[in-house]
Amino acid sequence: MRYLINRLLSAIPVVLGITIIVFLIISLIPGDPATAILGSYATPENVAKINKDLGLDKSLPERYLIWLGNIIQGDFGRSFSLNRPVIDEVMERFNATLILSGTAFVLCSFFGILVGTISAARQYTLTDKFITFIVLIGISIPSFFLGMMMILTFAVRLKLFPVSGMYAIWGGGDLPDLINHLVMPSIALAIVATGVVARISRNAVLEILRQDYVRTARAKGVKERSILISHVLRVAIVTILPVLGLQAGFVLSGSVYIEIVFQWPGVGRMLVDAILKRDIILVQGGVVFVSICYVFFNIAVDVLQRVLDPRIR
Amino acid sequence: MRNVHKYAQNLKKSVAALVAFVFFGFSAQANDILVVGQIAEPKALDPAAVTAVNDFRILMNIYDGLVRYKDGTLEVEPALAESWTISDDGTEYTFNLRSGVTFHDGTSFEAEDVKFNFDRMLDENHPYHDTGPFPLSFFFSAITSVDVIDDLTVKFTLNASYAPFLSNLAYPTGLIVSPDAVMKHGKDFGRNPSGTGAFQFEEWKSNERVVVTRNADHWDGQAGVDAVIFRPLTDGNTRVAEMLAGGIDLMVEVPPTSLSEFSGSEFSVVEQAGPHVWFLILNAKEGPFADKKVRQAANYAINKEAIVNDVLEGTAAVAAGPTPPAFAWAYNNDLEPYPYDPEKAKALIAEAGAEGAELTFFVTEGGSGMLDPVAMGTAIQADLEAVGFDVKIETYEWNSFLGEVNPGLEGKADMAEMAWMTNDPDTLPFLALRTQAWPEEGGFNSGYYSNPAVDELLNAARASTDQAERARLYQEMQVIVQDDAPWVFVANWKQNAVTNSSVKNFNLQPSFFLLLKDVEKN
Repeated sequence: MRYLINRLLSAIPVVLGITIIVFLIISLIPGDPATAILGSYATPENVAKINKDLGLDKSLPERYLIWLGNIIQGDFGRSFSLNRPVIDEVMERFNATLILSGTAFVLCSFFGILVGTISAARQYTLTDKFITFIVLIGISIPSFFLGMMMILTFAVRLKLFPVSGMYAIWGGGDLPDLINHLVMPSIALAIVATGVVARISRNAVLEILRQDYVRTARAKGVKERSILISHVLRVAIVTILPVLGLQAGFVLSGSVYIEIVFQWPGVGRMLVDAILKRDIILVQGGVVFVSICYVFFNIAVDVLQRVLDPRIR
Repeated sequence: MRNVHKYAQNLKKSVAALVAFVFFGFSAQANDILVVGQIAEPKALDPAAVTAVNDFRILMNIYDGLVRYKDGTLEVEPALAESWTISDDGTEYTFNLRSGVTFHDGTSFEAEDVKFNFDRMLDENHPYHDTGPFPLSFFFSAITSVDVIDDLTVKFTLNASYAPFLSNLAYPTGLIVSPDAVMKHGKDFGRNPSGTGAFQFEEWKSNERVVVTRNADHWDGQAGVDAVIFRPLTDGNTRVAEMLAGGIDLMVEVPPTSLSEFSGSEFSVVEQAGPHVWFLILNAKEGPFADKKVRQAANYAINKEAIVNDVLEGTAAVAAGPTPPAFAWAYNNDLEPYPYDPEKAKALIAEAGAEGAELTFFVTEGGSGMLDPVAMGTAIQADLEAVGFDVKIETYEWNSFLGEVNPGLEGKADMAEMAWMTNDPDTLPFLALRTQAWPEEGGFNSGYYSNPAVDELLNAARASTDQAERARLYQEMQVIVQDDAPWVFVANWKQNAVTNSSVKNFNLQPSFFLLLKDVEKN
């Protein structure tokens, strides 16, 4: 418990540090919201007026501190590029991202471990070689390319799934509708991570299969399947778990490409749009959320590992 | 065995559900609902608060202005105002409003509402000025007061005669919103819009859709479809895939390389040249381009046909002068583009003694209306080097590019790319060709062109309120400017759109607005 509290407290400076870096980067890259809004009509006079209206005429540290002060009071500000409270937008978007990357995470964990274990149990057989080959392809394909190819094949040609979006634009909105839209993006997002998890799982399982206690179990006459599940996997999971934690982060950040290709209304696409429009308040809101999520996930994995692996305790 | 059977049953069920679902998904759209693929999520549906063409495409269908552009032109015709009179000195516009018009929220449209709209935008002390900011309010900065004469008469007083005034009223910034809805929703009006247009706002689901439905009480007749759904599809490839798969009925801004996908009979491609001009600003103050002959030589040396056909894949037309042909009423039809004639260019350069001159050329990586600036810049560089110039390209990101070009090219460059899209033939030449528009005076004449005859014509055209008179002045200006060649006139952008075969009566407008009232679907 004490460990948990310490970890949570140490997360605060990390999140703060991230917001400072992001604030600086966005403010220092060329271009400002006023020119983005005004286009050709960006005379110095018009720019100054817009900056004043948007509260951008103050100095950088001043703007950061105002923003921070508001955040502490629970006010995330108002996005000027979307003309609505940042918190509303971020929550909506975050929900969509969680659905997408959550599904992809479950897919990659389940299939990664499954395939990796099978591959290890059948080491050097045709099955193992086939799986290794497929996994190699899976790791090598860029997810956005895979996404586009899936759209062309399964949506445009075969018309099995909708091209893009999260819900049908008319009449949808229920769970089957969501699942229908989720199939392609979640698979495209999960493929690389599945490959990575499968490789790690194969190695972990192989290593444990060579342990003495496994030989003892075999000698005792325990069935191969129950050796794999209750003796090997239970131990191997300790090695696999940190990798799963990393993959969760990978899936979360990889969702940016997938969200753009499949026009999924998630937080990654929101951040890209917000950066292009130099909407600092919105970018900051999104970044705070994503980084909090990231930090918490890592903490959760560490805690879980302590629970599962008595040696660390 | 039983379990396997059960599993198979379940599988069958879910496949059936999936098939039914997909089928339902497709059939639901066919019911007289038009689905439009937009390029981005709108910022707001408050016409005074937005600047993007993407947002205008929705707004023009929800709201009406006092005036509007006549179908297929950039000429002003009555809309919410039935008629108007202009005082002789051009500073007082009195509008007679249409009677019996109601906003979608049920309130009736009167002169007081017009006053509210413009005061909200222009008067910093107006109680609802905080529903802004209103970035394009300078379109109406000439207005000193808006006065209600009676319920259906309203008078605008300007600080000076300002010819583009009516045209600016036809621009989306001049669309009339319901004051009641603004008072009710305050800052959130942009998400709860109410106007008088052919469609009324129904629903906005962030990043998924904006739905508008037919306004049965529209003063100008009912719309052809029950509803329109605008979908934000920021990725060009995904937009094309949605169009091919039937997820949208109409898409705008088709990537040129994807146009061939839509050559089949189930699609039709529509094109329309807009009030846009892409040009090179030449530094007429110093260096080789201070000589008119060298500026003309640059116009002869650049192969504009090749740029519009090969670099831009036919998505633009060759420009002849400073005014785009989309302003049909103000365009001089006698104007012929400078032909591609490298020999003549070489002769002119020799006459001016500018052989082998070194040129610094500012190129941008991309920006609003800039089309494909890097590829175009490279093609231009090659053409100019072919007639003996030594061209050095400097590339900038769009915002820093504007920061370099707008303060003037003096001491920095000989030429720079630029593009403008405007709603009145006055705007661009007035802001970028007059002597009083040099950068130090706050204008956009970054190449320091100066010709008193042009200044006089442009000032006279702005002061005149007679369209025929203005047309004559602009046409005369175009001939002088073309000959003086302060710019290399390169291209006029053509907007494109694709519809599937079920969409009828769809046309693009030269204004680049998307007007869907008369579109039908079957």
